[in-house]
Amino acid sequence: MPRKTSVDAMREALRAELQRDERVVVIGEDVKVGVFGGTRWLHREFGDERVINTPISELAVAGAGVGAAATGIRPVIDLMFGTFLYLAFDQIANQAGAMRYMFGGQTKLPLVLMTVSGSGISAGHHHSQPVHPMFMNMPLIKVVLPSTPYDVKGLLISAIRDDNPVLFLSPITLGSQRGEVPDEAYTIPLAEAAIRREGGDVTICTAGAMTLRCLEVARTMAREGIECEVIDLRTLKPWDEACVLRSVRKTGRFVAVDESFPVCGAASEWAATVAEKAFPHLRAPVQRVSNLDVPLPYSPVLEKAAVPTTERILDALRRCMQAESA
Amino acid sequence: MSDVNPDVALDIYRRVLNIRRFEEEVGRLFTEGELPGVVHLYIGEEAVAAGVCAALRTDDYVTSTHRGHGHVMAKGGDPKRMMAEIFGKETGYCRGKGGSQHIADFSIGMLGACGIVGGGIPIATGAGLSIKLRKTDQVSVCFFGDGAANEGSFHESLNLASTMALPVIFVCEHNQYGEFTPAQDTMNIEDIALRADGYGMPGHKVDGNDALEVYTVASQAVARARDGEGPTLIEAKTHRRGGHAEGEEAFLAGQRYRLPEEEQLARERDPLRILHERILLEGLADGHALESIDQDSTLQMAEAVTFARESPWPDPETVLEDTWA
Repeated sequence: MPRKTSVDAMREALRAELQRDERVVVIGEDVKVGVFGGTRWLHREFGDERVINTPISELAVAGAGVGAAATGIRPVIDLMFGTFLYLAFDQIANQAGAMRYMFGGQTKLPLVLMTVSGSGISAGHHHSQPVHPMFMNMPLIKVVLPSTPYDVKGLLISAIRDDNPVLFLSPITLGSQRGEVPDEAYTIPLAEAAIRREGGDVTICTAGAMTLRCLEVARTMAREGIECEVIDLRTLKPWDEACVLRSVRKTGRFVAVDESFPVCGAASEWAATVAEKAFPHLRAPVQRVSNLDVPLPYSPVLEKAAVPTTERILDALRRCMQAESA
Repeated sequence: MSDVNPDVALDIYRRVLNIRRFEEEVGRLFTEGELPGVVHLYIGEEAVAAGVCAALRTDDYVTSTHRGHGHVMAKGGDPKRMMAEIFGKETGYCRGKGGSQHIADFSIGMLGACGIVGGGIPIATGAGLSIKLRKTDQVSVCFFGDGAANEGSFHESLNLASTMALPVIFVCEHNQYGEFTPAQDTMNIEDIALRADGYGMPGHKVDGNDALEVYTVASQAVARARDGEGPTLIEAKTHRRGGHAEGEEAFLAGQRYRLPEEEQLARERDPLRILHERILLEGLADGHALESIDQDSTLQMAEAVTFARESPWPDPETVLEDTWA
């Protein structure tokens, strides 16, 4: 199978859907240049009417996506950085997510909002914040956070074909990573987790860029004789609760690792669900590893310390292995 | 003299009157404590929605505001389903999930009232983009108030629509107040229409209490948009007859915010009376025809209230319906 970067995978997904369905359009600031490469060159093939450059007006562009999606278009809006979604908050929180329900099911909203998310390139706080918990908290918006080039392509195609608003977040460090990606179009169902490593001693639930780190940690633990099961959720909302609970019933131990802020972060949701629904199976308290509760610092040394480090994940796993509930 | 033909004049009169009679019922029901939420009445501003919507086709789009009953009605909404929605009943447009500030009827291009000031402006712009991409000759109309003209969404959307030459008509209903604050305290210009200049589109100021004037100006903007010549900003100067919201006395706690001369003007410049007089003066119809429209409308609204009142509440189980598509 050909090895490609996530950026290639993204471009292939967009290209496939632009070809397949004439209602699909790509809209955003500098989508022609394609700052991260995912939309680059598409306008040459599909023209300015399908790959539409806009002013730097996140609120109006997101809202235009809502209006277009409600009237027969399937827009893919590229807002570049996850933090820029905050400029479009009204149109996402008050309009996109609510519209179908609020109007009694009169409309569908096939809208994809696409950005990079998270830290790791010393971009500073305004270009590094993880944003997914904000949107997980909103009803009826799907949130996708892939971790491999293969998943980028399959999940993005699914997102574009979905009739609901989908926030498609790509980890900023994922862009240049290579992986096997088939040339043809394929889909990966949303809300389906992937078990990246099987193990019977402890369940690690994670997503996005943290998946690779958790796999690295799992290898370290294996050398100590502890087998970790690493679950990459891939879709954060709705999420594959069943897969996680199945794993916890097997291992009896649970560590949530999420690159977002700790209060009401994604890890909080996973941990609460496990505590609520798998408590009798737990042999140790659930553990959370999240970002520190600070804005993302610039210096590589500080930035690295602000997100879940290998050490903090290892600590959490060891705490979990040592504890034995009564 | 207006260049509006008698059929159009009567059509506009019917729209104005339907809004007026509907809103009178809503106001009465609110005062009597029969409605669950809050309502913002469109009385005094009827000429804007009626004049603009008379220039539209059923397949054209409109977006609206928190003061949206008039826009739904003028676009051809069913008073029964509107009233049922305001009652929170199962038979309402949104099955009781929207309420007064979220009535929509996608079958007639009414893309929804909106509780966020300025929230509908980008959506109407997107509907305009959709029209352009689908290459139809529809147009998209965005109703919003003077308060929304100070929101970022207004400025971003006008610029976007102008840059892309979208078939959007931005209709600012300047009713003199953003909630309880006079517009003169919140913007340093008299005419919002001036702002069109800053975005490279035509801006027109019109007497928003004269439905025939509104219709004439709106028709030109609609024709321009259908011809692919891009957006227009229309500023309709009008007045709220009542307050921002019914029952506002409760939070005003005795404070007065309306300027006495403006309040006087609002009473004098009643769009229903102005239209009535113009139709008679210009011989577009006789008093009998107008009276007959009023009787029909009054009856229709009474039926809407009965329908809403007698409709069932939604089954609590439906709280989980209309979620994921």
